[in-house]
Amino acid sequence: MLPKHLHRLEAESIAIMRDVVAEFRKPVMLYSIGKDSSVMLHIAMKAFFPAKLPFPLLHVDTTWKFREMISFRDEAAKRLDVDLIVHVNKDGVERGINPVESGSLLHTQVMKTDALKQALDLYRFDAALGGARRDEEKSRAKERIFSFRSAGHVWDPRDQRPELWNLFNTRIRQGETMRVFAMSNWTELDVWEYIMLEKIPVVPLYFAKQRPVVLRNGATIMVDDKRLPLKSDETPQMRMIRFRTLGCYPLSGAINSNAVTIEDIVAEMQTATVSERQGRLIDGDEAASMEKKKREGYF
Amino acid sequence: MTPKAAVELVPARTKDQLRFITCGSVDDGKSTLIGRLLHDSKIIYEDQLTALAHDSARHGTNGNDVDFALLVDGLEAEREQGITIDVAHRFFTTPRRSFMVLDTPGHEQYTRNMATGASNAQLAIILVDARKGVLVQTKRHSFICSLLGIRNIVLAVNKIDLIKYKKEIFDRIVEDYIAFSASLRFTSIVPIPISARYGDNVASRSGNFEWYDGPCVLDYLESIDIQSNAVIQPFRFPVQWVNRPNLDFRGYAGSVVTGSISAGDEVVVATSGQTTRIKRIVTHDGDLVRAEAGDAITISLEDEIDIGRGALLARPTERPQVSGQFAAHLIWMDEAPLVAGRNYILRIGTQTVAASVTAIKHRIDVNTREHLVAKTLGLNEIGFCHISTALPMAFDPYEINRETGSFIVIDRYTNRTIGAGMIAYPLRRPTNIAWHPLSVSRNERAALKNQKACIIWFTGLSGSGKSTIANIVDQKLFTMAYHTMLLDGDNVRHGLSADLGFSEPDRAENIRRVGEVAKLMVDSGLIVICSFVSPYIAQRDMVRNLVAKEEFLEIFVDTSIDECARRDPKGLYSKARSGEIKNVTGIDAPYEIPLRPEIHLRTTGQTPEQLAEAVVEVLIARAIVDNY
Repeated sequence: MLPKHLHRLEAESIAIMRDVVAEFRKPVMLYSIGKDSSVMLHIAMKAFFPAKLPFPLLHVDTTWKFREMISFRDEAAKRLDVDLIVHVNKDGVERGINPVESGSLLHTQVMKTDALKQALDLYRFDAALGGARRDEEKSRAKERIFSFRSAGHVWDPRDQRPELWNLFNTRIRQGETMRVFAMSNWTELDVWEYIMLEKIPVVPLYFAKQRPVVLRNGATIMVDDKRLPLKSDETPQMRMIRFRTLGCYPLSGAINSNAVTIEDIVAEMQTATVSERQGRLIDGDEAASMEKKKREGYF
Repeated sequence: MTPKAAVELVPARTKDQLRFITCGSVDDGKSTLIGRLLHDSKIIYEDQLTALAHDSARHGTNGNDVDFALLVDGLEAEREQGITIDVAHRFFTTPRRSFMVLDTPGHEQYTRNMATGASNAQLAIILVDARKGVLVQTKRHSFICSLLGIRNIVLAVNKIDLIKYKKEIFDRIVEDYIAFSASLRFTSIVPIPISARYGDNVASRSGNFEWYDGPCVLDYLESIDIQSNAVIQPFRFPVQWVNRPNLDFRGYAGSVVTGSISAGDEVVVATSGQTTRIKRIVTHDGDLVRAEAGDAITISLEDEIDIGRGALLARPTERPQVSGQFAAHLIWMDEAPLVAGRNYILRIGTQTVAASVTAIKHRIDVNTREHLVAKTLGLNEIGFCHISTALPMAFDPYEINRETGSFIVIDRYTNRTIGAGMIAYPLRRPTNIAWHPLSVSRNERAALKNQKACIIWFTGLSGSGKSTIANIVDQKLFTMAYHTMLLDGDNVRHGLSADLGFSEPDRAENIRRVGEVAKLMVDSGLIVICSFVSPYIAQRDMVRNLVAKEEFLEIFVDTSIDECARRDPKGLYSKARSGEIKNVTGIDAPYEIPLRPEIHLRTTGQTPEQLAEAVVEVLIARAIVDNY
């Protein structure tokens, strides 16, 4: 039995997902392989049991994810018997866009935001479930659970539909889409407590281990493969590190940690002094950058 | 660091969540209070504080002090303007409880946002500036909280430092508030003197005044008993989705919103009255013997009964109301005003239905709670209305059940959420005007006249030629010995609609009346020719829906606005241009073009005679009349 607050959050997320499946023609669940996606997928399996998952998973692959993320993704899809679509922005690959030389801003725009829009258009999905939480960032705090996007995936923060009770307005016209944040009201701590109590598998990179790293601009970057160009004064060093948030490896800052179990992580969380997004190099690019990215179609 | 033992990390089984709203304007220190709660409960991380210090220097209003309000004002536009314009969600947690703060703006023009926040809150913190006392806005916030069903209030008297911590001033404010709120439906009001800026009585008791011996805000939020009575209320289960993975399993997925149910219990489908028993309560973690409010489950039933999304299951002994008409409080949320008679979409629970507001009984002044006469409701206005739905709906009064007594109003064309409602009670038709079965049918009456009865509806701009063409059609049918009646826009306004003007609600009412009259004439077997500007799709569709599908022909008389203005047979357009009259369709009032008219008459290059002939040919082709 879950504590009441987690039981309530779980039931709320289940209800949101069921509304999506009942009201939309062709929904999809965005799967980023991270802890939030793992929890969202776990809850979706509960929501539609005994039926199979009534929508596919979509992973927008920037081709710069940690190798352990990709193997975890493929294993999870197999274990849970779900349909997995992997989409890469081929145009971006051909243009040679990468997080190291192109900069995090351009890389994120082309390989994540544009790629996501491409995939939604290609498969004609009309609703996309995502695991973003309102506690992550200030502009997320005002995001709706059912977030309307006009044709072209545009988000207008000044013209959002009021959301009262749990009565979601799911109506859209041809070409318009909905982003649905089923875990809006979860916090980072809720997510870890839930993972611990429900014994949900997560990518091993969340747990501390000796890993090869270099220090860059105050961030600890793991050398995951040979593509990361090392400067003359850089030599990868083995450090006991883990990640609070996962993305493209050259853009994901690690933290020094000895937390090797979920219990350790929860304990560490309770005494943490920096937010989880601090490790994300893409947020600090410019003021109010998340709001800007979201208006352009970022999840 | 040394991790604590795992057993201490598991949150207590009893740890629950409290969702509360904060009411007050920026000047009252609302955002500062929330920033302070977050900061003092150690939920603000160092990197966020660094960003805050940076932002404070740029936008802050506190000089060189850290401005906690910047922690919570999220969107760029708000930070620039220094106001909170939307509903923001904040989270913090203590070992006993986790909290979600619904932070909403306080100005009157944001009633919509405040109602949105209040709809999901179990408690409200109402902020009052100690220097100003209970203001009009305090009363407005309290009324909206009460209307939306919040029963527990924290009256936070802020800036107590600025009145030198004087007990008399605090006592007077509390006295004022309790006197004023006696007529509201609060069950508890807890007054706490605070200074959000300095943290007095926010997350810990203040040493600055000895006369106050109550709890600080955080202590109270942690300890208030919000054990909702949801579980002891009657069982309500709105079906969300039918789970049919294979032929052997048919389950109804949904959440128990109130009450509880066990396998084997008898249930009824509220609208149809069919009864059956619960066979299984299915979850991924195994079947349950019993489920209660807050559980997301899948139910299978003993009998094969055909129900889908929107059905509401209850116990046969505790049924909800079922009616196609009810009275409700309505909060209007759109720039375009509410129009009585217009068709809207309602979502009640998992049910979605077409509906219209049949009457606005009164509007409520949110500041004084006075009841005012109203023909319409504008943005942020609250009214008490009668609503009619296309199908009977299952619901409970909002007072009794927030989950089954609430609804949202959606615009059929823009899909925007334009209103929110709270059902007060069902309306029942007086039994003495129940439908009287007619012993001679309309078909028999029409057959006697060798015709099929129908409505031929001409729509188009003023001066488009509708009435001219309609008249010729009427004459042609008359000479062919058919029984017709012509209803013309200008003529009905001398009698049937003499009391109506040209505002949108009045236009809607005019068309409703004409529609009802035309329907009675169709019942008597007549071919009814109507010629009305009728600019709104919803209103034309309302008339269309009064009769059978083949009995309504919409004729779009398509003449450009320039041509109409050039003809200007009634001098309307020149008067509109000079500003003498308002609400002229095509000039300062919209005309919604028919999307699929039965007949589309493009008038350019055609004589009225030719156009009328084209209409008669369609009537013959549709066997409404015979050939000559």
